[in-house]
Amino acid sequence: MILEYTEKKDTRSGFGAGLSQLGETHPDVVALCADLIGSLKMGDFQKKYPERFFQVGIAEANMMGIAAGLTISGKIPFTGTFANFSTGRVYDQIRQSIAYSHKNVKICASHAGLTLGEDGATHQILEDLGMMKMLPGMTVINPCDYNQTKAATLAIADHYGPVYLRFGRPVIPVFTPADQVFEIGKAWKIKEGKDVTIFATGHLVWEAVLAEEILKAQGIDAEIINIHTIKPLDEEAVLASIQKTGCVVTAEEHNRLGGLGDSIAQVIVSKQLVPQEYVAVNDSFGESGKPEDLMKKYGLDALTIVEKVKKVIQRKNYE
Amino acid sequence: MNSNQLKEIATQVRRDILRMVHQCQSGHPGASLGCADFFVALYFWKLKHDPQFSMKGNGEDLFFLSNGHISPVWYSVLARAGYFDVSELATFRKLDSRLQGHPTTHEGLPGVRIASGSLGQGISVAIGAALGKKLDQDPQKVIVLTGDGELQEGQNWEAAMFAAHHKVDNLIAFVDYNGQQIDGPTKEVMDNGDLAAKFTAFGWEVLSAEGNDMDQLCEDINAAFEASGKGKPVVVLLHTEMGFGVDFMVGTHKWHGIAPNDEQLEKALAQLPSTLQDY
Repeated sequence: MILEYTEKKDTRSGFGAGLSQLGETHPDVVALCADLIGSLKMGDFQKKYPERFFQVGIAEANMMGIAAGLTISGKIPFTGTFANFSTGRVYDQIRQSIAYSHKNVKICASHAGLTLGEDGATHQILEDLGMMKMLPGMTVINPCDYNQTKAATLAIADHYGPVYLRFGRPVIPVFTPADQVFEIGKAWKIKEGKDVTIFATGHLVWEAVLAEEILKAQGIDAEIINIHTIKPLDEEAVLASIQKTGCVVTAEEHNRLGGLGDSIAQVIVSKQLVPQEYVAVNDSFGESGKPEDLMKKYGLDALTIVEKVKKVIQRKNYE
Repeated sequence: MNSNQLKEIATQVRRDILRMVHQCQSGHPGASLGCADFFVALYFWKLKHDPQFSMKGNGEDLFFLSNGHISPVWYSVLARAGYFDVSELATFRKLDSRLQGHPTTHEGLPGVRIASGSLGQGISVAIGAALGKKLDQDPQKVIVLTGDGELQEGQNWEAAMFAAHHKVDNLIAFVDYNGQQIDGPTKEVMDNGDLAAKFTAFGWEVLSAEGNDMDQLCEDINAAFEASGKGKPVVVLLHTEMGFGVDFMVGTHKWHGIAPNDEQLEKALAQLPSTLQDY
């Protein structure tokens, strides 16, 4: 295994820990939550900094507007709710009051994607990355584990401008360093390889690591790159890798339309034509079920990555 | 500044509105004309504000426009108050202008702190700004203007609930209570019902103001400021008439978003003698 882990944690707890730390180091950081303090792990911040915490109730549109207004005096608002209610429900509020107005709001979104599990498709948003990356000036970040989510939470406080930070609920391996410095827009090459590049984001990064182990046993040398920042995309790193390996698999917990795969595809069609395969949800809604069962059923796992890698290498060889 | 001077400025602002909208043959003259007295009273008499604009506006009263389509009146008043040169009014709605159809921070126009136009968002934004002032222990007020038709947007009522619950008492919301919207009288399109009772039930202090009578308006604005700071957000039903000041435009939704032609402009300007220099 190229990476080891000693414990498993949820990425949302990384956000909660990061926010709490910001409370101490950044007096201008304020937080808003729409009746999901426990789910977003915002309780520690609320307890320690009650005067800088605003419960808005089940009223996400209002939360986005208030967050935009809070920036005017120089506050750095972090909003917290599920990814669905952080994006689709409030798209116009984000578009006008935050993105177009270039306000320094950090939209922090938990329970993204299929891994929300049993609550089903009403809550399992698979379109959020696409919606957010289409907004001019919006930074879109989808970290891969607890440590990276915490580091990203700290980093976005020092970055001026609107940010969408996406994380989730399942407990997964913590495999990135605790002391990492998160660099927005800088891809992280987890492993060098020569046969194929796997670009993965969020929960699919660990699956890519597992896939690499299987591929190695079969004599395939895969390069693994963690794209934690979907926008701005690290085009230089993407281009350098695809020029070397000549084929690409993208992996994300998102609709295949509009997500990481399409961002990579734009680089491919405009800079360097190579075959690409998607590991993503095939333009459908999700359903109720255990997260691991859903990921398997919808083809968002290591085995599917392996299968797509073989397919894309075959295409490379024939094309 | 006395009431006669305010009235003179308001007359010039009405001329500006009509000329701006006529020049680009688009924009929203109706409610702009109706709110001219209100904007003049705020910027030339009541608000503590600095035309050397800063986004933060520390120590200043902050104004937010939720019904962004009445940008002509705001632009004219900002220019007349010294935020930018009045000559820039001629660029309204044209290519490369800072005076976009709806107000925005995108081109850096002094006086504007957030984009508006998509309706129903202004009270929320103003609440955020008001909370910021409280955190900074800044005693100045935050003012927001919304349309009455705009109150059909549900976000306003989320905001109304929040402001009362969190005692945002440094916030004063004015509702342009002209009873008109694009498709007709508000009562026919989607009746707001008893707005005073609704805001009262939400926990707000509710007042009213005469929006087209400068002397009374100044008294009413004063009363609103005096009612603030007492544990409740304040809302003022600002009674205006769409198209006020031009006899053939007054009291109808017809001029909501239509520009006068050459002949109509001439007829309208004849009713509004130039008091300051035209831009």
